[in-house]
Amino acid sequence: PFIMALAAAARRCASCAIFSRSLSVPELRSACSYHKKVVDHYENPRNVGSLDKNDKNVGTGLVGAPACGDVMKLQIQVDENGKIVDARFKTFGCGSAIASSSLATEWVKGKSIDEALKIKNTEIAKELSLPPVKLHCSMLAEDAIKAALADYRLKQKDDKETLAEARN
Amino acid sequence: MMNRTLSRKLLGSMCGISNPRLSFAQSAVNTVQREKELIKSRELEKDEPRPLYMDFQATTPMDPRVLDAMLPYQVNYYGNPHSRTHAYGWESESAMEKARKQVADLIGADPREIVFTSGATESNNMSIKGVARFYKAKKKHIVTTQTEHKCVLDSCRIMEAEGFDVTYLPVKNNGLIDLKQLEETIRPDTSLVSIMTVNNEIGVKQPIKEIGNSYYQHHSLNVYLRIFISSISIMFLISGHLCRSKNVFFHTDAAQAVGKIPINVNDWKVDLMSISGHKLYGPKGIGALYLRRRPRIRIEPLQSGGGQERGLRSGTVPTPLAVGLGAACEIAQQELEYDHKHVTVLANRLVQKIMAAIPDVVLNGDPDQRYPGCVNLSFAYVEGESLLMALKDVALSSGSACTSASLEPSYVLRAIGTDEDLAHSSIRFGIGRFTTEDEVDYTVEKCVQQVKRLREMSPLWEMVQEGIDIKSIKWTQH
Repeated sequence: PFIMALAAAARRCASCAIFSRSLSVPELRSACSYHKKVVDHYENPRNVGSLDKNDKNVGTGLVGAPACGDVMKLQIQVDENGKIVDARFKTFGCGSAIASSSLATEWVKGKSIDEALKIKNTEIAKELSLPPVKLHCSMLAEDAIKAALADYRLKQKDDKETLAEARN
Repeated sequence: MMNRTLSRKLLGSMCGISNPRLSFAQSAVNTVQREKELIKSRELEKDEPRPLYMDFQATTPMDPRVLDAMLPYQVNYYGNPHSRTHAYGWESESAMEKARKQVADLIGADPREIVFTSGATESNNMSIKGVARFYKAKKKHIVTTQTEHKCVLDSCRIMEAEGFDVTYLPVKNNGLIDLKQLEETIRPDTSLVSIMTVNNEIGVKQPIKEIGNSYYQHHSLNVYLRIFISSISIMFLISGHLCRSKNVFFHTDAAQAVGKIPINVNDWKVDLMSISGHKLYGPKGIGALYLRRRPRIRIEPLQSGGGQERGLRSGTVPTPLAVGLGAACEIAQQELEYDHKHVTVLANRLVQKIMAAIPDVVLNGDPDQRYPGCVNLSFAYVEGESLLMALKDVALSSGSACTSASLEPSYVLRAIGTDEDLAHSSIRFGIGRFTTEDEVDYTVEKCVQQVKRLREMSPLWEMVQEGIDIKSIKWTQH
């Protein structure tokens, strides 16, 4: 009886393993179902709005095209130490685009300029569990961050040039 | 016995702790459970109310009277209508013929001209491929429009691969075709012209009666002329080019029109017509094809088999579904006028309320030549998919890129010349027999609220408010 019980248990284990292995189908999610995080960012977006774009400490990045269905505007406010203290975004795009840009503003706050440059689209996509068809939204968010930082750098360089000219 | 079961249970629990194979199985079971949760997250939660259905162009709920008509044929009178030898077959066949007559009466045809198929897609395939292949010896040209349904466009593409010439006519900005352009496009070797009656995306109604009548003049005149000339030519051995007849067949995909607007195939001079069951409150999985008998259209059958449906579409006719289609057609005929009025009132209410509440909303398609139940609105500066996500308790559909598998917006909107950013912002509202005024009011309210919220989040709206012209900006492509 002991051996029979062992054999029965072993059979159960084996069948269970085979059964569950055949059931573990990988990619079940289609493009139309949203991850809870995307829905959350979409319904309660953080940091929607605008900063004064003429301010010296504000960098504005505008990327995308309406013809493609995705336009993102990301603005960052940097203090004297080169740290980003505030960020705002506005997006014309689908739910994943809005979530990607909202997440980008969250991550960029409190980072220095160089750290913000290191944010990659793959990290954004992983955090929001974006399906392959929506990866371009995270790429656009990364582009928006870089564009905002580049705009800020350009403004700072212009300022330094005007100061240097004034001194001369 | 007790000892055995006890020892088995003990072993089971011990296996759980110690046996590595079982722990692997356990982790696999966990992934299965997680995946089941993911599947569940796509379906409605347990107590979540079902969304309002405003997508009547995609499909329609079955009318309960249709279900009543179908049910006896599912469980009691379940015979195969092609069985000639017993009562089950005879009663099933008589039900099928009765359904055929009901379908024919709705469109003003003879019952012998109706062939049951599995849906409008199959009917479209049969028409295009069947006619083109049957007449391919002399006729190699097909004419269709750019706004047809995918099945028509795809069938035409297959015909191109088989060596036919296909012309895809462009449409004007209001979605209608230009009749003069159609006349010019028809060549002596055109076998088929296929134009849909009511478009499923923008609801535009094509001038089928004008097209049919302008054709029929060529058609019938030349048929008789041809008979006369050919009879003479047999005597005088005149070569074929004298009797050049514009023997062009006219097919229309009426899936969205049947049961919603009055149709008469003899008034319209249509030769082939596709009908879909689930667009007129009937069952899914059934449709019909109307094939004119006088003058006779011949097609090469797509489906081979036992020769059912006069050899044109072999296969057992699904009696319950056919009975359902027939009942749906009869109900549609009785209630056509009332439904049309009901839908018109609700559609006007929807459009006027939305346009009064928010600016920059565009109605796609001709405002007069349309079926009122299909309303396609473009909300500028707001993206379609994000609006659909916001309106999650209303079932709608959009012509935006994000909802299709590719990043291209709907080809129909592109064909009517909509700007690309407006094409990304379009939503289709479908209104039908069972839509109520409260549903429309709720949809309008939510839509207005969400569009305002999304516009606050949109950089394009901000730019427009500041007075910047969006079209003048050079955008960065990606």
